[in-house]
Amino acid sequence: MAADAVGGILLAGITLYAVFAGADFGGGLWDLLAGGDRRGREPRRLIDETVTPVWEANHVWLVFDLVIFWTAFPHAFAAVMIAVALPLWLAAAGIVLRGSGFAFRHELSRLSLQRAAGATFAFSSLVTPFFMGAVIGAIATGSIPAGASHASLAAWTSPTALLAGFLFVAACSYLAAVYLTAEAARRGNARMQAYFTRRAQVAGVAAGALSLAALAALHSSNPTLDARLLTGRALPLAVLAAVSGLAALGLLTAGRPRGVRLIAALGVAAVVWGWGVAQYPVLLPGTGVTLSNAGAPGTTMVALVILFIVAVLCIGPSLALLFSLQGRRLLHADETGTLTAAGLSLSRPTPAGRSPVIRAAVVTLVVLAALARRRRPH
Amino acid sequence: MTGTGVPTLLAAAHVSGEVVPARAQMAATLGFHIILAALGIALPSIVLLAEFLGLRRRDQTAMRLARRWSQAMGVLVAVGAVTGTVLSFEMGLLWPGLMRQYGAVLGFPFGVEGIFFFLEAIFTAIYLYGWRRLGGWAHFWSGVPIALSGIFGAMSVIAVNSWMNQPGGFTEHNGQITSVDVWQVYFNHAAIYEMPHMILAAYMVSGFTVAGIYAAGILRGRRDRYHYTGFAIGFIPAAILTPFQIFVGDTAARAIAADQPVKFAAMEYVAQTSRDVPEWIGGVYANGHIYGGLKIPGLDSVLVGFRPSTKVIGWDSVPAAYRPPVVWLLHLCFDVMVGLGSLLLLAGLWAAWEWWRRRRLPAQRLFWLAGAVSGLAAIVAMECGWVVTEVGRQPWVVYQLQTTTAAATTNGGVIASLSIVIVGYAVLGVATIAILRMLARRWRRGDLAGAGVPYGPADRAPRRAGS
Repeated sequence: MAADAVGGILLAGITLYAVFAGADFGGGLWDLLAGGDRRGREPRRLIDETVTPVWEANHVWLVFDLVIFWTAFPHAFAAVMIAVALPLWLAAAGIVLRGSGFAFRHELSRLSLQRAAGATFAFSSLVTPFFMGAVIGAIATGSIPAGASHASLAAWTSPTALLAGFLFVAACSYLAAVYLTAEAARRGNARMQAYFTRRAQVAGVAAGALSLAALAALHSSNPTLDARLLTGRALPLAVLAAVSGLAALGLLTAGRPRGVRLIAALGVAAVVWGWGVAQYPVLLPGTGVTLSNAGAPGTTMVALVILFIVAVLCIGPSLALLFSLQGRRLLHADETGTLTAAGLSLSRPTPAGRSPVIRAAVVTLVVLAALARRRRPH
Repeated sequence: MTGTGVPTLLAAAHVSGEVVPARAQMAATLGFHIILAALGIALPSIVLLAEFLGLRRRDQTAMRLARRWSQAMGVLVAVGAVTGTVLSFEMGLLWPGLMRQYGAVLGFPFGVEGIFFFLEAIFTAIYLYGWRRLGGWAHFWSGVPIALSGIFGAMSVIAVNSWMNQPGGFTEHNGQITSVDVWQVYFNHAAIYEMPHMILAAYMVSGFTVAGIYAAGILRGRRDRYHYTGFAIGFIPAAILTPFQIFVGDTAARAIAADQPVKFAAMEYVAQTSRDVPEWIGGVYANGHIYGGLKIPGLDSVLVGFRPSTKVIGWDSVPAAYRPPVVWLLHLCFDVMVGLGSLLLLAGLWAAWEWWRRRRLPAQRLFWLAGAVSGLAAIVAMECGWVVTEVGRQPWVVYQLQTTTAAATTNGGVIASLSIVIVGYAVLGVATIAILRMLARRWRRGDLAGAGVPYGPADRAPRRAGS
């Protein structure tokens, strides 16, 4: 069935966006938490060098996903675009600020301007995945009516949707920290390896906790989805996500970062596919909108499948070339743009090296506690 | 064309107060992005031309220009990528009615564009960051896919816009799209003239903009080989393409007279369908009168059908509700586009004449003044062209099938997003120009990115001066 195939393509596109561009957003988050100019210089430099050559290519997955969504499922697309317009506007604004802030920081040479551009980049890296997560949460909880005619604040501020937003942020930070740990190890930089290992552990635990909290919240907001994830057909994927997460944490703790990138990405991919498989074939839970009746004829679906095959044949080798050149460190941001000062002092330099990690953990716990309390009265 | 159930959808149109701010926001964001898009399409070719000359002739000046331009290109591509993404969001956030009804039809060309956008982003990264380690011709060839995907990506996006002007390639039954012929959607009737028109415009904008920057430097007394080379690499391709653009534009105007007669009537002030129609140059239409302007009897008929007896369809052929608003804006934008195009042609002819007679570029200050503003002129002409095609299609978003009102979002608050967009894009535009100027100043001073800046990574490789 062509519609199912296109649904799979869309899910694959979302997965690729999550595991590639998600890590670029996470890099921004660690940039934000890296502390003052002097202390944050080394992690910022590693983040910058790994994100710079690839972020634009990774970003294109989002455009690809939007196009597949509106072409294959126009009715669902229009409903989502109306019902959760606000977080989508905010995510779009975040994308503009992230990209331009990052590009501008490269070229600026005065420290104060670098700080401003860097803060723009880093802060928007935090909020953009949050709003994207809230949108996915709104869809998963069945808060998007098929014939939506007005934006709804409640749709994306339910506990489940907000938890999904935080989960996205945690997952991005986790992926970024894992990738950066592996990169630091490959460069033989033990200090940065230890630095990002700690952060990967914290973010991994936070992502795991948020996943469990989201599952618990789904129990009341979308019992069908919840049941399929916990006992039904999506269970293997849920198990795979948990096992991958634990394996990645184990490898990191043991100081063996080889292969951990793939395992971490697999874990995140399993979460995305778990959601997709649990929801299948319904596109907007709580409505009758499915993969096959969302407004596109079969001819469009067939055209999209062919297009995807062509895309894989064109983009696959090109991306492989880009990543292999980057992996062999043949791509350099030298005179044509380099991160020179990487100044950012949103947080004052503190003597305790672990403080940003502790801060991130405290913030996560507070948020979790607040959400848990909000859920009780129901 | 299939599915011409003209105003059936009009009945289903939501009465929405959001259509005017939504159009304003789309105009602001598209008007901003189109400049970056044009540079994204054609600037890589100009950078590659400089690198080609640098490699082929072992010309250090051309090589240095290529390297510096690619740094500017890095900034422009990044801003273009994110502002283009905003447009993707806006397709749904501002025009959910359009996407709901026709997403399955116009989505396919966007999908093709996605592939080329991907290739562009990937090879741009390789090209921009490969200067040091990918040597010589390998680096040059890594840039060729950027230039090609720019052209094909532009074709795909224009396929969507031209489809909105000349929709076809699908069947609609009871308001449902039942089948789509993607080939006919992509190569629709208007694509044949809109695609080359925009791609040539992109090359003119990029070439003249590059030339304008160096002409301004020459006017300020920087008369060195570096500035003359920079000017020539931008100006010559743009000037060569200008006559082709005028030919394509002329063909397009005649096609519009046949395909969208009401748009053409507004462009040329044709109120009543008649023969021997005059051509108005300038002039403001208000309350049934044309104030000012130069009237050339019979010329419009000649331009449309090569003889004064040609009948030109006026806007009286449709009820007032189906005519584009603000006719004078359309007409003046059309005149400004044609006028600026003609002036750019003259500048190119002037340079060609001097080259033919004296083997040098004109020495007159006027030529360099013209050169300095040529980039701005090309940008203004392109923006005017977009005003003509977009405002001229009103009140339709999909010509004769869906009104813009029916396409607009039913959500309130577009005024808020419009305000934020205007302020945000103003800041973004100023910041982008400031960064590019800062790069130019840094290049002129001869110092390099980051030299002498505190907190710079300590173990960075030593830099070579002058590149």
